[in-house]
Amino acid sequence: MRLILRIWRQKNRNTKGKFARYEVNDVNPDMSMLECLDVLNEDLARRGKEPVAFEHDCREGICGSCGFMINGVAHGPLSGTTVCQLTMRHFKDGEELILEPWRARAFPLVKDLAVDRNAFDRIIAAGGYISISTGSAPDGNAIPVSKERADAAMDAAQCIGCGACVAACPNASASLFTGAKITHLGLLPQGQPERDLRAVRMVTQMNLEQFGQCTNIGECVAVCPKLIPIEVIGRMNHDYIAGSMREPEAGEA
Amino acid sequence: MELHSRTPSGPIEQAWDKARFEMKLVNPANKRKHNIIVVGSGLAGASAAASLGELGYGVQCFCFQDSPRRAHSIAAQGGINAAKNYPNDGDSVYRLFYDTVKGGDFRSREANVYRLAQISVSIIDQCVAQGVPFAREYGGTLANRSFGGAQVSRTFYARGQTGQQLLLGAYQALERQIDAGRVAMFPRTEMLDLIVIDGRARGIVARNLVTGQITTYLGDAVVLATGGYGNVYYLSTNAKGSNATAIWRAYKRGALFANPCFTQIHPTCIPVSGDYQSKLTLMSESLRNDGRIWVPKTKGDKRPPNQIPAEDRDYYLERRYPSFGNLVPRDVASRNAKNVCDEGRGVGPGGLGVYLDFADAIRRLGEKVIRERYGNLFDMYERITDENPYKVPMRIYPAIHYTMGGLWVDYQLMSTIPGLFVGGEANFSDHGANRLGASALMQGLSDGYFILPYTIGNYLADNKLNSVEESSSEIRGAVAGVENNIQKLLSINGKRTVDSFHRELGKVVWEYCGMARTAAGLKHAIERIRELREEFWQDVNVPGSDADLNQSLERAGRVADFFELAELMCIDGLHRNESCGGHFREEHQTPEGEALRDDEHFSYVAAWEYRGPGNPPELQKEPLAFEYVHPSQRSYK
Repeated sequence: MRLILRIWRQKNRNTKGKFARYEVNDVNPDMSMLECLDVLNEDLARRGKEPVAFEHDCREGICGSCGFMINGVAHGPLSGTTVCQLTMRHFKDGEELILEPWRARAFPLVKDLAVDRNAFDRIIAAGGYISISTGSAPDGNAIPVSKERADAAMDAAQCIGCGACVAACPNASASLFTGAKITHLGLLPQGQPERDLRAVRMVTQMNLEQFGQCTNIGECVAVCPKLIPIEVIGRMNHDYIAGSMREPEAGEA
Repeated sequence: MELHSRTPSGPIEQAWDKARFEMKLVNPANKRKHNIIVVGSGLAGASAAASLGELGYGVQCFCFQDSPRRAHSIAAQGGINAAKNYPNDGDSVYRLFYDTVKGGDFRSREANVYRLAQISVSIIDQCVAQGVPFAREYGGTLANRSFGGAQVSRTFYARGQTGQQLLLGAYQALERQIDAGRVAMFPRTEMLDLIVIDGRARGIVARNLVTGQITTYLGDAVVLATGGYGNVYYLSTNAKGSNATAIWRAYKRGALFANPCFTQIHPTCIPVSGDYQSKLTLMSESLRNDGRIWVPKTKGDKRPPNQIPAEDRDYYLERRYPSFGNLVPRDVASRNAKNVCDEGRGVGPGGLGVYLDFADAIRRLGEKVIRERYGNLFDMYERITDENPYKVPMRIYPAIHYTMGGLWVDYQLMSTIPGLFVGGEANFSDHGANRLGASALMQGLSDGYFILPYTIGNYLADNKLNSVEESSSEIRGAVAGVENNIQKLLSINGKRTVDSFHRELGKVVWEYCGMARTAAGLKHAIERIRELREEFWQDVNVPGSDADLNQSLERAGRVADFFELAELMCIDGLHRNESCGGHFREEHQTPEGEALRDDEHFSYVAAWEYRGPGNPPELQKEPLAFEYVHPSQRSYK
């Protein structure tokens, strides 16, 4: 099959970007979206032109590196799928696809389709952990966790940190990402001692990073490749409010 | 050069205690005065950096990805072994040790493996305390499952995403230290050379991948936890960015490279579907617990799988290995798949595939149970192949997955360069010639959480390190070397792309240094690799500049190193005139077609020493002694 790709090209965040139009012939329906970009890039490189920069690594949908907008939808049309696992059989021969980077103030552009998502790391650093130093753990079975609770924690813990939730949100909110970690740790007995402080610190950091506020639109859930449930945002708000009352100083960053 | 493994004397059960007791300690007040460089942020790197930070050392941690959470440990699916014996099925530290030595086909160092088995239990405790959401039984205790190569259930797991959850645990511990100011993180920064001064590792030269800036980072010890080199083969289950540059540059600075030909072919991957293919996708080996592997009995049977009756199917693993059946170790399962395909009985396009069939398990347990166990793997399979594995058997074929070889390290995980430590897949230490399933995560975390934090302290306390002058000739030389290499790659302006060379290299290595090897084939491969390398340096085209994000340039540097490493793999494979584990030399097999070791001549670690450009590497041997697990012909029948 043949596809027309209109791709955002921008050398770095200090220069202006624009769309460039490319035609890719010989697209195999079993290819992934990224392999389709590989084909385009090989062709560009052969002709001495600069290939399109895009993030990718594992290409198994788990590392969270890849991601861009396809026709305005984060990770493209297939639910629960990152662009590395999105095969071209989901597009029509001759179709035109518009590829753009995640656009959010908290995700400054690096080049072409690649953006800087280190704001996510800083949110985790603010409290997305259980403070347990190496060597001080009790026996694994000393902390029983019901199967239901462990499963629910795992549902939230699956987040791959790709940033699609932010890109899809009209407010560029990182609530799904932040809520997922707060939920994962907050559901487990090990996470209880720091639960209040964790929520307050992480939410405070999220706001400092200039992510927008959540207004319960739900676009984030629709594009999340790991189908993280929207309930995690409710849990975040709950823990944040509870924490703000109990840990009044913690929010002052 | 003589190799000293520094293995403690005395009973193996007490070796690690003894070693720890004999270690010198760094005064807590002095720890912060030491800077330790950790390259890589996967299980070994992140856990080492976090644990060293907790102890109070100053740590600088580097990764080429945009965030430490992306390291490829994240893609490990199946699980992590530990000798907890929670299921009460007869497991013990000794049994895990025994299985790992045997599974490695008697080519690993006993004391290291014993220590790994001992530490395994602490890893689970640590990870549970961090909040890793391991699978649970209804009573709230941790669940276990069995895994390839073992007859006890000792594998802990978090659905099919165990690596992800363990890595995120280590990443969170790392972020906690970053927040505490004890670890400085350098993402999108690639190590391009090792700085060695007065014979000791004292820093690295690294490139900022966004700005192109070359910077030196100095410290009192350097840890390489940069993963394996499976991407030599181009098509592998590794992440696209996984590379050998850090360990290869260390090799060229004097660190010995051990057993480079010991590579692992994983039996259950999705078969190749076309020339455009950029990577191979693993289907967790845990699938072999419930899936049955078969091919048609007769060559060229083109009927769809559900129309082939039981009597026309050959469940060849169950037939040949009745006691282990579909759970034989990876090397055995892979080789058998290759054999049935070579006989023309393979299935799917090109005949390079075998069935992994869940119909019986679904009949026995119901679709719901299977979905619970493997749902995400089945979904991934369907996304890639457009086939529903609940209805149609999966098609699988072996692919390169893990490299047992790596930089040589002693019992303290220190390489032959004092001050250079190596952890995780990047070292050669624990898996011998074949790694058992669910052991990589165990080793990475054992090295990072529980070994390196001690052994690095011992090194720092035991050696007086002089301060390093930024303007020293060693540093200036290393920086100039890196800069020249980059300029050279950018100025060739040839006709071929980096990927076209990499694909071609990969085909050669897969063909001649893959699942089966011969002396003639390896000799041919060495010639071919040299020719290709020469062509690469004359005809590669690297577009763009060195002053911004240039992914072609990154790949070019990595592929240049893969060329040299590929040659060393073939040299090692050629010299090892025996078959063992993943190294199968066709000339050396039992009448039943199993790997035939030659313990009399090859019971050693082959560690290769770099002798300068154009010179052949020199072989150094570390003899292996087996005092506890006596070498035998591995039998899984």
